[in-house]
Amino acid sequence: MSLQLSINLAYIVSSVLFIFGLKMLSSPATARRGNMLSALGMAIAVIFTLLDQNIITYQWIIVGMVIGTVVGVAAARLIAMTAMPEMVALLNGSGGLASMLVGWAEYQRNIDPSAFTAGVITLTVLIGGVTFTGSVMAWAKLSGKMDGKPILFQGQQIVNALLLLAILVCGILFTLNPATSFLILMILIGLSLILGVMSVIPIGGADMPVVISLLNSYSGLAACAAGFVIENNLLIVAGALVGASGIILTNIMCKAMNRSLGNVLFSGFGSATGGGTAVEGEAKPISAEDAYLVLEAANSVVFVPGYGLAVAQAQHAVRELGELLEHNGAEVSYAIHPVAGRMPGHMNVLLAEANVPYDQLVEMDDINPIMETVDVCIVVGANDVVNPAAREDEASPLYGMPIINVDLARTVIVLKRSMRAGFAGVENPLFFKDNTRMLFGDAKASVQGLVREFKEG
Amino acid sequence: MRRIVIPTAILLTVITASPVLADPLAQEGGSEVSQTPIFLAFILALSIFLGFELISKVPATLHTPLMSGSNAISGISLIGALIAAGHGGDVLVIVLGTLAVATATINVVGGYLVTDRMLEMFKKKEE
Repeated sequence: MSLQLSINLAYIVSSVLFIFGLKMLSSPATARRGNMLSALGMAIAVIFTLLDQNIITYQWIIVGMVIGTVVGVAAARLIAMTAMPEMVALLNGSGGLASMLVGWAEYQRNIDPSAFTAGVITLTVLIGGVTFTGSVMAWAKLSGKMDGKPILFQGQQIVNALLLLAILVCGILFTLNPATSFLILMILIGLSLILGVMSVIPIGGADMPVVISLLNSYSGLAACAAGFVIENNLLIVAGALVGASGIILTNIMCKAMNRSLGNVLFSGFGSATGGGTAVEGEAKPISAEDAYLVLEAANSVVFVPGYGLAVAQAQHAVRELGELLEHNGAEVSYAIHPVAGRMPGHMNVLLAEANVPYDQLVEMDDINPIMETVDVCIVVGANDVVNPAAREDEASPLYGMPIINVDLARTVIVLKRSMRAGFAGVENPLFFKDNTRMLFGDAKASVQGLVREFKEG
Repeated sequence: MRRIVIPTAILLTVITASPVLADPLAQEGGSEVSQTPIFLAFILALSIFLGFELISKVPATLHTPLMSGSNAISGISLIGALIAAGHGGDVLVIVLGTLAVATATINVVGGYLVTDRMLEMFKKKEE
């Protein structure tokens, strides 16, 4: 009993460390120590669990932990910062899979659990399974292993509804009579895995910030459900914290796109092309030399990065240009839209990697009121998040989405490969505005070109 | 600060007082009508409330580390996996447990390390 008591006390210490670890994430200055506190909480929980008298053999634990540590360390070290969304998707998936396996293993340990336990086992394998395959699909879309376009087919909604119905029926059957329901549990696991695939394929690449946030939440909820299965407070506390975090992020992402969660999950946004009023006029290209002259004279410059920055790996070049502009006497900042990139905060991490100090990063709501006073806005690989049609054109699918109002700056320089429409397939009237100049080419090469001009000039 | 300390204190009191801790019978599922589900649900409700308080304070610039860091926390199911992998009985349970230990460890180790790697890069402007 005293051993059990000390394990439980250790779990309380762990929960406190998780809570304060998350609390310290509220400022970049303390965030790193917060993460370490949280890791310490995890270490304490693991070490004390190993003292549990239910654990008789250690060999398989060691095998599992060695494999997990090797893979985890290698992945964390090797992953490029631009590929962080893929990494987080895979981490979500492995968390979901672990919870699903814990739920299943618990059933195998005691195949005649109470109705309550059977019910939460159902939830654990369902949420865990959906998180696992959903995350793998999200990873495939993000890494380009799969086309980012939404996959839609006739009768998709009906298939999904039948799938949900079948899961519900299996769940009820299993809960009512778990002792003889091994086969039903297996069907349930299979259906959950299919549901994960089916729910992510109709969602397009640029909607991935929402999907990853949601899967993040699911991975927490799966751990939470597993906590109910093994009746462990710590799993419930930790899982609920993660679940809440994912839901808050999902909500922020949806608001930043002016779309409901249902619309993101079911509408297949981005599969259609066109929409909105056709744009008249001609885009005005600019050469690197002329762009240099504009920038050289500017007193304030705002960079607006988007997913194209990550694709072109242009973050270091952008920072170099930013520093040169500062030396030239301009005030430089970086305006970041909440859904720029492929996951919440993606752009911030890339710019941090390139040594841009975080106090130079500004949020959309802080830059928009002063946009009229900005001399030059440089749009690097962003499109839909700076599309003024969201403000002006009621017929546009983007209408109502909050954007960074770059078109209100005195001059806008857009770095872009070609005149192709953005992810949403919507024309961007920004490119045709009088104060907009297009600097065509690969974003990184263009920025490096400007850097060269500055060094020579 | 108070908005976080108070719910944390309540949460910890409930955990400490919960029958899982106080009543070893309930822990083994021995009692006929267990109070455990209700206490667990209470803990869940408090934790969700606390989670919303905590996370709404995280600035947008840290949202990616928040995701990977909270993700590492969700690897807490490692605890359940350890017990399954080490219980020393049924082969299927050991296999499932070992797989669960491996995947949860990837989640924990990978999550914390990659978060640390990111947070290390966030720097203030040098004067």
